[in-house]
Amino acid sequence: MSRIAARFKSLAAEGRGALIPYLEAYDPDLETSLALLKAMPAAGADLIEVGMPFSDPSADGPVIQAAARRGLKAGATLPGVLAMVAEFRKENAETPVILMGYLNPIEAYGYDRFCTDAAKAGVDGLIIVDLPPEEADVIEKPAEEAGLDIIRLVAPTTSDERLRYVLSHASGFVYYVSITGITGTRTASKHDLKEALPRLRAATDLPVAIGFGIRSPEQAATAASIADGAVVASVLLATLAETLDADGKATAETLPRVLEQIRALAAAVRAGVPAADQTA
Amino acid sequence: MADPVEHGITANQANSLRHGPDERGHFGGWYGGRFVAETLMPLVLELEQAYNAAKADPSFQKELDFYLRDYVGRPSPLWFARRMTEELGGAKIYMKREELNHTGSHKLNNVMGQILLARRMGRTRIVAETGAGQHGVATATVCALFGMKCVIYMGATDVERQSPNVFRMRLLGAEVVPVTAGAGTLKDAMNEAMRDWVANVADTYFLVGTVAGPHPYPAMVRDFQSVIGEETKEQMQAAEGRLPDVVVAAIGGGSNAMGIFHPFLDDSSVGLIGVEAAGCGLDSGKTAASIERGRPGVLHGNRTYLLQNADGQIDEAHSISAGLDYPGVGPEHSWLSDIGRAEYVGATDTEALDAFQLCTRTEGIIPALESAHAIAYAAKIAPTLPKDTLLVVNISGRGDKDIFTVAEHLGVKL
Repeated sequence: MSRIAARFKSLAAEGRGALIPYLEAYDPDLETSLALLKAMPAAGADLIEVGMPFSDPSADGPVIQAAARRGLKAGATLPGVLAMVAEFRKENAETPVILMGYLNPIEAYGYDRFCTDAAKAGVDGLIIVDLPPEEADVIEKPAEEAGLDIIRLVAPTTSDERLRYVLSHASGFVYYVSITGITGTRTASKHDLKEALPRLRAATDLPVAIGFGIRSPEQAATAASIADGAVVASVLLATLAETLDADGKATAETLPRVLEQIRALAAAVRAGVPAADQTA
Repeated sequence: MADPVEHGITANQANSLRHGPDERGHFGGWYGGRFVAETLMPLVLELEQAYNAAKADPSFQKELDFYLRDYVGRPSPLWFARRMTEELGGAKIYMKREELNHTGSHKLNNVMGQILLARRMGRTRIVAETGAGQHGVATATVCALFGMKCVIYMGATDVERQSPNVFRMRLLGAEVVPVTAGAGTLKDAMNEAMRDWVANVADTYFLVGTVAGPHPYPAMVRDFQSVIGEETKEQMQAAEGRLPDVVVAAIGGGSNAMGIFHPFLDDSSVGLIGVEAAGCGLDSGKTAASIERGRPGVLHGNRTYLLQNADGQIDEAHSISAGLDYPGVGPEHSWLSDIGRAEYVGATDTEALDAFQLCTRTEGIIPALESAHAIAYAAKIAPTLPKDTLLVVNISGRGDKDIFTVAEHLGVKL
């Protein structure tokens, strides 16, 4: 069983959803982001998304754009990101790591070689924002051979018919983009999420994680209880950005502040939905 | 798989080069495509359906023809450039006068087609990206004409160097949003327009200005611009009784070039030359020549030649012309380059400035700096060609907007 499947199975046995925090590789430098990655599981991360910085993140909001710029400025490359995951894997064999990013750096690396190297580094899955199933033939076979899951994004705009098509190309879990928009801007209402989930459940047996617009511990707990996991990204990157000095360098505050926020999110996800909220 | 050469030509294109793209939006099985976030996929598919329906509906073409004639001012003349021909002493130079269209460039051909489509689709809000501002002005113009809400994304650098166009857009009622990300040029404006579209899917139509972006944009924009080549073909027949020998056009995204090339693709006697902006020189590191100095990759919804580093990060382009300052190119051009049907060359900032003055001085036509790149290459090859060679250069826009830039480079204070 893959790390992703094993993790969702054990969480289901515990009766709770997953907290899936995001970090941008090399943000604001390799050492800090590697230290953050290594510390995330103990802070309560059940799965981890690692962003691969790209020069033109056209589906991302200002917070992730800025993080990607910092990562690139710090020298992020795809080989560098894979080396970072390999370093993490020396200490942690269980926590699934999913790489998230855009297609062009992967195409430049070469699809076969990238999948082989990513699997060797200990990557479990890929989320490629600008690769719909229509174009995915370039990577589906090498990913499958390497044992990498291709995690599909689906959106409120995805029709039932399209949902079936998209999910026939999915593995690992399904990432439900809960809003129409870019990352870190709007937040979906609980009502919208509750409406959306049955539609997804009817179309797939894979676990469903909700992302885009989850900011507070309460929102994370709600999403993780309605679905099988909550992805939290922009709010963590915003906290990290706040701790940087005037030159954009990490400070003594950087790791503690981000980890503290992850701990608060994890505590809420583990506690489940507050009783007062059950009926809302 | 990632080798474009093996995808060069497929069986169904063996008889005609004008049938592309395939049903996946691929040219030659590799370039183009639909590389967008899932949130946008339903919209891109809906647009394709709507465009196919419009194309099959004679009333749509009739409506478009009416606006092209009475509002855009088509057909545009094919002008024999006698003095420039004499000065260069070689090929007979004709100019396709797209700068005479309403709003001063070829951009309105495409914009008029797409705004009619957006209306058919019931959209009420238009977003667009712009570089030099020509596409932004054209878009703001039709939004004024049809009373639609209009938001134009423009790089902050371009806002500064194309201030007359910014003012024109605002006069026309558009909201112009300066984009400060990156170098503040066309690439960044494109990113921001895509973000707006993702966030406002319900009422918004993304009016792409060039033959790039996810399928069906490259094919649709080409179709709307092909009126340039179709007219040129007829007009040259009328003037000279035969087809031209060489057609030269400037390439940023490549819409004016695709529009004049496409009707000639199957006429193998007609040489097609796309002139990219070489900036400070093809090997200066400050260039916008995506085909000559880039390699295939994926950006802004399509696979095409891109200026990028070894790690697949997109480079900043450079050109004196804001309209050519883009690190990519339309995917059909990438394919035409690979199969050798069109030739792609470069003209530098300096060559474009010289050509700008040559055209102004000899023909009394002030061309856009974009078009000046095509004139520069035409002026370079014309003296080497026999006097009976028929050379058409596409004057895609007029240069009033560029006089400040040109004055600055000539050391003149306005």
